[in-house]
Amino acid sequence: MTLTDSFVELLGGDRVLREREDLIVYAYDGTAALSQLPMCVVLPVTTQEVAEVIKLAAAQKTPVVTRGSGTGLSGGSVPVPGAVVLCLTQMDKVLELDERNLTMLVEAGVTTQTVAERAEAAGLLYPPDPGSMKISTIGGNVAENSGGLRGLKYGITRDYVIGMEVVLASGEILWLGGKCVKDVAGYSLRDLFIGSEGTLGVITKVLLKLVPKPQSKKTLLATFARMDAAAETVSAIVAAKIIPCTLEFLDKTTIRCVEEFAHIGLPLDAEAILLMETDGHPTVVEDEARAMEAIARERGATSVQVAQTAAEAERLATARRASFSALARVSPTTILEDATVPRSELAAMVNFIQEVGKRHNLRIGTFGHMGDGNLHPTFLTDERNTDEMKRVEEAMREIFEFAVQLGGTITGEHGIGLAKKRFLPKAVGEGSVALMRQIKRTLDPHNILNPGKVFD
Amino acid sequence: MHLKQMDYSILLQCIHCGLCLPTCPTYAETKLERHSPRGRIALMRAIAKGELPLTRTFGEELYFCLGCLACQTACPAGVDYAKLFESARADIEEAMVLANPLRNLVRGVIVGFIFYHPRVLRALGRVLYLYQASGLERLVREWKLTRLLPRRLRELEPLMPRIQRHFSDALIREVETPANKKYRVGLLTGCVQDLIYSHVNRDTADVLIANGCEVVTPRKQYCCGSLHAHNGELARARELARRNIDAFDLDSLDAIITNAGGCGSHLKTYGELLRDDPQYAARARQWSAKLKDIHEWLAQIGIRPPRATLPPRRVTYHESCHLCHGQKITREPREILKLIPGLELVELPESNWCCGSAGIYNITQPEMSRKLLARKSQNIATTGASVVASANPGCSVQLESVARAFRVEHPVSLLAEAYRAETKGRR
Repeated sequence: MTLTDSFVELLGGDRVLREREDLIVYAYDGTAALSQLPMCVVLPVTTQEVAEVIKLAAAQKTPVVTRGSGTGLSGGSVPVPGAVVLCLTQMDKVLELDERNLTMLVEAGVTTQTVAERAEAAGLLYPPDPGSMKISTIGGNVAENSGGLRGLKYGITRDYVIGMEVVLASGEILWLGGKCVKDVAGYSLRDLFIGSEGTLGVITKVLLKLVPKPQSKKTLLATFARMDAAAETVSAIVAAKIIPCTLEFLDKTTIRCVEEFAHIGLPLDAEAILLMETDGHPTVVEDEARAMEAIARERGATSVQVAQTAAEAERLATARRASFSALARVSPTTILEDATVPRSELAAMVNFIQEVGKRHNLRIGTFGHMGDGNLHPTFLTDERNTDEMKRVEEAMREIFEFAVQLGGTITGEHGIGLAKKRFLPKAVGEGSVALMRQIKRTLDPHNILNPGKVFD
Repeated sequence: MHLKQMDYSILLQCIHCGLCLPTCPTYAETKLERHSPRGRIALMRAIAKGELPLTRTFGEELYFCLGCLACQTACPAGVDYAKLFESARADIEEAMVLANPLRNLVRGVIVGFIFYHPRVLRALGRVLYLYQASGLERLVREWKLTRLLPRRLRELEPLMPRIQRHFSDALIREVETPANKKYRVGLLTGCVQDLIYSHVNRDTADVLIANGCEVVTPRKQYCCGSLHAHNGELARARELARRNIDAFDLDSLDAIITNAGGCGSHLKTYGELLRDDPQYAARARQWSAKLKDIHEWLAQIGIRPPRATLPPRRVTYHESCHLCHGQKITREPREILKLIPGLELVELPESNWCCGSAGIYNITQPEMSRKLLARKSQNIATTGASVVASANPGCSVQLESVARAFRVEHPVSLLAEAYRAETKGRR
């Protein structure tokens, strides 16, 4: 009996996909220019089924690539040759919302949006909001340790995962963590699986921590004639002991693309636009918004708009929200990167990216999360143009190296996957990679879980 | 254009980010990537690159797609899904991967005959009207003669809409001129609209006249061809476009008005459809520039608010896919409804989610269509509205099949009712 036949016996014919048309549509994720047909796709609905699938695959040493909605941007869920794709989108139940402990227990295939909506309906907030949250699954968010726009004030996915159910490479099912705020019983194993990119185990359930929803919010938009002035504004705001929930910026190329696409009246001569939001108690929010406005003006903002109504706030936020769309439609291939540096080095990094783009004759629009130093240099290119793709590679390498030099990292929120494997040793050091390999070998001795991702 | 000939960059424009997935009704129901826009585009790309032959499975997949274009609204990269969808279906028909004698016959009759020749459609309408009005239909149902029909037809029979006694040309004169004429517009009366909702066409003319528009309604009009374009019959779609362009004196008109969301979305593409036709290209471009949805046109010329108050009613607005996703008209119909004294507009949850009508989808894919209708029905129930406003005849037929606690009305009909109440002196 072939492995696929065993899967059919286990799950039934409807939940094992083998037709070529089905393999083609599970060959990619959200990463540009990467695709690989899997051997088959399985769609379990229970943890037990996941465990059985892993056991069957392990018995034949067949690689298993776990996948949610496939929105990742580093190739983490792109199949490896001959792999079984373990797709968890059908495990999509919210199991419990505990308002006394402020937690939510969900299956791995629940979308981030559903988590956010269910929390909001109870007057709570699940802060991590990655760009693909409308469709990304929480299992994928945890496996990639996703970020989002609110990182500076609220942190990232890791800060909201307090427990999980995981299936190991042996097929064993474990529960890690729990509802206790304090819990120091042994190693924090759940932390090992957060950001492990599907290489150490399969996350099947997640226990999330929620926080009370802020009562009010204020939105400001400032424009700057110099990138440095925008960066200084951000530093000065933080130095003034204000932690805004949003501090997003757009560079010149992005501003032009957004204006061309959305016609919202952005100044085309601006070098940078800063979208700032503060949330919390209404009086504090008022004070902070006033202080932020004053700081921006002091540091030479050419204009500062403060939203007076929710509708106006919405309008101001459009520029940032439209930036990816505006860039993505310029050229056939859009490569979204996420080099990240300490906040203090932001201006240097942005200037370097612009210089690299000029030198390699490439179009790069940069926008991103200025508050946490997480930049999104976005390459507007065409994967059919091999010469240009080579220059993109080269530019990317330079950008990553410079980020590391500045004390930053090669990826702030997208993960290593396939796309950034070769840069990992430089970013974290050979010693760290060796330790990662050792952990991988211990947990997955036959190397069947997403092999070849993160490192070879 | 074939997928293979198509500038490959239209396919490559998809960056497979997945943001279309949550807006796709077939993906939301199945959570299978194959039934998502991103998956369908990946298959098209595989065919264009020669990595996949044009298979029967691909054909079935593309006919499982509603063509609602919700993905186009969600797409950050501006993928022209409508064009990909039409080209793919044309390829499928040409490759005949779905061909079988019954399907060929049904398609031939519907797409190639009934909706290709306006006289045939109207004659059929008359026959159906007599069948319904004479009481024959009642007898057939009482004697359960419908049992003799094949299962598919038997299930559809109760959904058969009421045919109007008078079609549009009996209700609207060829030229109607208001006292305060400011504009001159052409009026498209449609196919289904003409047979089932001819009063909506009359209401449209009334509203236009009340807003200073002289209305020209050519006697001989053709199906817009959207049915043909969406079902892989692009050559017929082009021919119908040419005939419609010939039916109107474009130079003398400020606008050509349509009140059907689905038709309007396609009618606006004539410029693109006939781009390579040396005789028609210029006029087709002119046509596309002048083609306006009624709500869009009223917003453009500045609508006169009705002075009379209608009996109080709670109304909700269901968006036709091709009005909101195809034409990006979302605000204008709501503005009209808010302008009518007496009506209370409440938002419909998932207002822009397909109702499952989708052209002839409710006939070709009854199971998925029923699921979407049930979803729509539940959402409508939460609003407590007694009127559901909708601006596409396909949606109206579909919604009326579950309309127990509400009526379905075109926004323009409600507006016309308010204008009529003025002259009756009612307050």
